[in-house]
Amino acid sequence: MQPAHKTLLLAGGTSDIGRETALCYARAGWRVLLAARDVGEARRNADDIAARTGTQVSVHRLDVLETDQLQAFLDALPTLPDTVVCVIGELGDQTLAQRDFSHATRVLRTNFEGPSLLLSLLAERFLARGSGTIVGVSSVAGLRGRASNYVYGAAKAGFTAFLSGLRNRLAPEAIHVLTVNPGFVRTRMTAGMKLPPILTAEPSEVGGAIFAAAEKAKKDVIYVRKIWWLIMQVIRSIPERVFKRLKL
Amino acid sequence: MIEATDGRLAPVPGIAIRRAEFSGWGRYPRHQSGLVTLTAPADLTRWISGQTGVIARGNGRAYGDAAVGEKVTLSTRSLNRICAFDRQSGRITVEAGLLLSELMSVVVPLGFFPPVVPGTKFVTIGGMIAADVHGKNHHRDGGFGDHVEGLTLALPNGDVLSCARDENPELLDATIGGMGLTGTILNATFVLKPIETGFLRQTTIVAPDLAAAIAALSRTGDTTYTVAWIDCLARGASLGRSLIFAAEHAGRADLAASGSAGDAFPPPRPGRISVPVDLPGWTLNRLSVSAFNEAYFRLGAAKAGTPRLVEWNPYFFPLDGVGGWNRIYGRRGFLQYQCVIPTAQAQAVLSEILERVSRHGSASFLAVLKQLRAGRGLLSFPMEGLTLTLDLPMSAGVFMLLDALDTLVVASGGRLYLAKDARQSRSTFEAGYPNLPRMRDLRRATGAGGRVSSYQSARLGIQ
Repeated sequence: MQPAHKTLLLAGGTSDIGRETALCYARAGWRVLLAARDVGEARRNADDIAARTGTQVSVHRLDVLETDQLQAFLDALPTLPDTVVCVIGELGDQTLAQRDFSHATRVLRTNFEGPSLLLSLLAERFLARGSGTIVGVSSVAGLRGRASNYVYGAAKAGFTAFLSGLRNRLAPEAIHVLTVNPGFVRTRMTAGMKLPPILTAEPSEVGGAIFAAAEKAKKDVIYVRKIWWLIMQVIRSIPERVFKRLKL
Repeated sequence: MIEATDGRLAPVPGIAIRRAEFSGWGRYPRHQSGLVTLTAPADLTRWISGQTGVIARGNGRAYGDAAVGEKVTLSTRSLNRICAFDRQSGRITVEAGLLLSELMSVVVPLGFFPPVVPGTKFVTIGGMIAADVHGKNHHRDGGFGDHVEGLTLALPNGDVLSCARDENPELLDATIGGMGLTGTILNATFVLKPIETGFLRQTTIVAPDLAAAIAALSRTGDTTYTVAWIDCLARGASLGRSLIFAAEHAGRADLAASGSAGDAFPPPRPGRISVPVDLPGWTLNRLSVSAFNEAYFRLGAAKAGTPRLVEWNPYFFPLDGVGGWNRIYGRRGFLQYQCVIPTAQAQAVLSEILERVSRHGSASFLAVLKQLRAGRGLLSFPMEGLTLTLDLPMSAGVFMLLDALDTLVVASGGRLYLAKDARQSRSTFEAGYPNLPRMRDLRRATGAGGRVSSYQSARLGIQ
C-alpha cells in the first residue's frame, strides 16, 4: 500500500504531542484528520501542518466526554482512517480531585472512559474492514498509584488495561494496538514543573517514537525514553508495605 | 537567559506568572520580571488588557534589556505556527514566535530563502520585525522590515489590528524596528525569494587597512551579500585590516561545475561544539584573541581571490555552530557595541573608534563592518552609512570607553542599534533617533505609552 493513500485520525489535535505526532505522519505523506474539542485551536495546528508538509489536513470537532456523539463523529469523517492515535488526556489537580467529585469524575472520564469508548468504536470498524492500527497514549502514572496523582494514574491504569485487552482480542485479526508511555514530556501540561532533563522527552520525540513504533516496528508497548522502563520495573517491584510510606 | 525562582504570582485566571531573572544574550544587565507564556493568540488578547509594564520576548537574542518587561515579560515562543505558505509565489504568513531556524528548515529544501537574515538563525520572526534586523544584503535589499507586507498587532487594550501598506500604515512603520513598543506582534506576512541551491558563491577579498576595506565594500556594492571582518587588534598602518566576504546564491550550474554530487539544499549540520559552562573571565585575553584573529586572517587570506561554494548555514550563521558562545565571556557577560556612521564621516570616525578600542586592549572576538542604507521604521537602526559591530567583555573600563565612543557616534550624526544596546544614555539615544517624538505620539494614541514597556524603553525614556 502506498503511504500517500493512508489516513491518520489524531484525537487530541490541540495537544503538543498530538501536533508533533500529526506532523510526523504528514511528513511521511499521510493525510491527517485532526480531531479536537477546540476547533479554532485545531485549525491553527492544521494550517501549520499543511503549510509545512504540503499534505491535506482537515479539522473535526470531537469531545470524548460526549460519549453519545462518538458514533456520529466517526460517521461524519470523510474516510475511515488507517491509523488512529489518541493523545487525549488531562492531568487535572489531585488535591482538587480529592474533595471535588465533579473534577475527579472529569479526570477519570477524560483519561479513561472517553478514549476507551472512542477506540473501541474504531476497533469495530477496523474489524469490519480487516485492517487498522490503534495507538493509545497512556502514562507511566498508570503503572502504580501514588499519592500525588492517583486519580489521573487510576484512569491511565484503566486505559492501559483496556488497550492491553483490546490488543489481546485483536491480535488474531491483524489489527495492531500500541500503548505509549511517554514519561515526562515538555508540554503545556507540564509547563512550570521542574523535570529532570534525562527523563524528559520533547513532544517531537514522542511523535517520532509513535510513528516508528506504530508504522514500522509494530511494537506493542513503548516507553519513549527507555530509561522509564527500568524506573517503572523498580517502582513496581517495591513491596506495598514499603511503598505506602514513600514520598514519590 | 531565564532562571525561574518561584511559583505563581499574579492572579490572572488560568494564566500563571512566574517570577524569574532575565537578561539578554550579552547576559548584562540582569533584571527581575514576571514570565508569562501564552499558548494561543486568543489567550493573549484576553489577558493583555489591564496589564502594565509588559513587553514581548522572542528567543532572547537581543543583547541587552530590550526584551525584559518592566513588570511582565511575555514569551511568544508558543506562537510558532506557519499559518499559510504558497509554494508557487513564496508568500508566507507565520506567527511571531516562529524561529527563523525552524522556518528555514521548512522552506530552504523547497528552494526558498528569507529575504533578509541576521547573523543568527536563533531569532523569532517577531523579533526580526521588532528590531528591523539587517543582513549582509542591506545595501541592496534593505532590512527585514522592508519585506513585511503586513502584520497583526495586539494592542495593550486587547484589540487586534491588521497593519499593511494600505491599512494602518503608520502603525506598521512604527512596529517595524519598534522594539515591541507598539504592542505584541501576533503574525506577519512576507515573500520568500527563490533559490536554486543552498550554496553561496563566495569571494574573499583581503584589505590591508580600513580605507581599503571601505573601498572594497563599496566596490562590491552590486553583490547581494557583502560583509567585512576586521582584525581590530591590528594597529598602526594595519589598523582596520579586513577580510571581505562577498557572495551570491549559487545556481545549479555553479553546483554542477563544482563537481558536487551531494544535496543541492544541504541541511544545517548541528553544531559539534558548544560552551557548556561559563568560562573564567581571563580566558579571552589580548594574547588568545590576538592569536585567534591572526589565524583567522591568514586562513581567510589564503583562500582569497578564487570564488568557492559555501553552504548557507556556515556562511550566514558562523557562530550558530558554537552553542552558547555567549558563555565564553563568563558570568559577568559582555557588551556588543554596534553603531552606524554616515558614509561621509565613516572612515575618519571608524578609524578613531578602532584606534581607541585597540588602545584600550579590549579583546574583541568579533568585529564586523557592513554597508547600510536607510531603514523603514520610525526607530529602525539602519541609515545610509557603515555599521561597525564589536564584542567587549565586561570590565571596569569598558563603560567609559563606550561613553567616549558614543560621543564620536553622536557627533557624526550616527546612532546605536537598540537590539544590541544595554547601556547607552538617553541623550545618545535621542540624538540618534530623530523620529522619537513621532513614536511617543503614536504610543500615546494607541495606549501603549506607559503600558508596553521594557527595561530598555524605561532606561531610554521612551514614554
